[in-house]
Amino acid sequence: MTVQELWDSGLLKQVNEGDDMDREITKLFCCDLLSIAMSKAPSGCAWVTVMGNMNTLAVASLADAACVIMAEDAHLDPTALNKAKMQGITVMETALPIFDAALLIHKRLSPSESLL
Amino acid sequence: MEEAIRLTYEISPDDFTRAGEASSDVKKKLKQMGVGPEAVRKVAIAMYEGEINMVIHAKGGEIRVDITPEKILMVLDDTGPGIPNVEQAMQAGFSTAPDEVRSLGFGAGMGLPNMKKYTDSMEIDTRIGVGTKITMVVNI
Repeated sequence: MTVQELWDSGLLKQVNEGDDMDREITKLFCCDLLSIAMSKAPSGCAWVTVMGNMNTLAVASLADAACVIMAEDAHLDPTALNKAKMQGITVMETALPIFDAALLIHKRLSPSESLL
Repeated sequence: MEEAIRLTYEISPDDFTRAGEASSDVKKKLKQMGVGPEAVRKVAIAMYEGEINMVIHAKGGEIRVDITPEKILMVLDDTGPGIPNVEQAMQAGFSTAPDEVRSLGFGAGMGLPNMKKYTDSMEIDTRIGVGTKITMVVNI
């Protein structure tokens, strides 16, 4: 599934359309500690988090995430949103808890694949 | 890419709004030079962790990056308080970051371990009350 397909899926609220919408999403990744996300987020992942400060955007960019999903009705703060726009990072939101959001997207990403 | 290129960045202390700008710029330039994605990712992660450490602990400092066809050399130089126990600081999970830094999502004690993990070599030269110089190399 590409970022564009997730963007258009209706599963999530659209916040910021980034520069690389044709990018393939490789995996789901859930983490709120930026230091761990920095080292563990797989390249091309959809990163699900509740951490909405501008450092989240820096980590997403540097760790090469495909997009950021804000869960639990968390939002980017205004500075972070501006940074997402400037850096062309795709951001979406959902009221779902982190696990539920990731599971929902995972089912679309890998419909035939079990979590176990 | 035939000649060595040097990039230099001043890192501002306590300014989390700008933290990561130097690392982002290096990542962008490496991609423009055609450096492979794995090396770019390693440099971006290691340098960002170092940059954040300089913002949190060291009252800022200077980062120099030398790019040659064979390797990327990063030198992070600060005049901060120094690291009292390098062996302890290298342990994953050990952190002296204050609470306000933890509330931003940092301070998990992964900075130095990540820097070592994502580089081909790393040396720490630190003196209490004088500063710390970290030299990292990522081979291309």
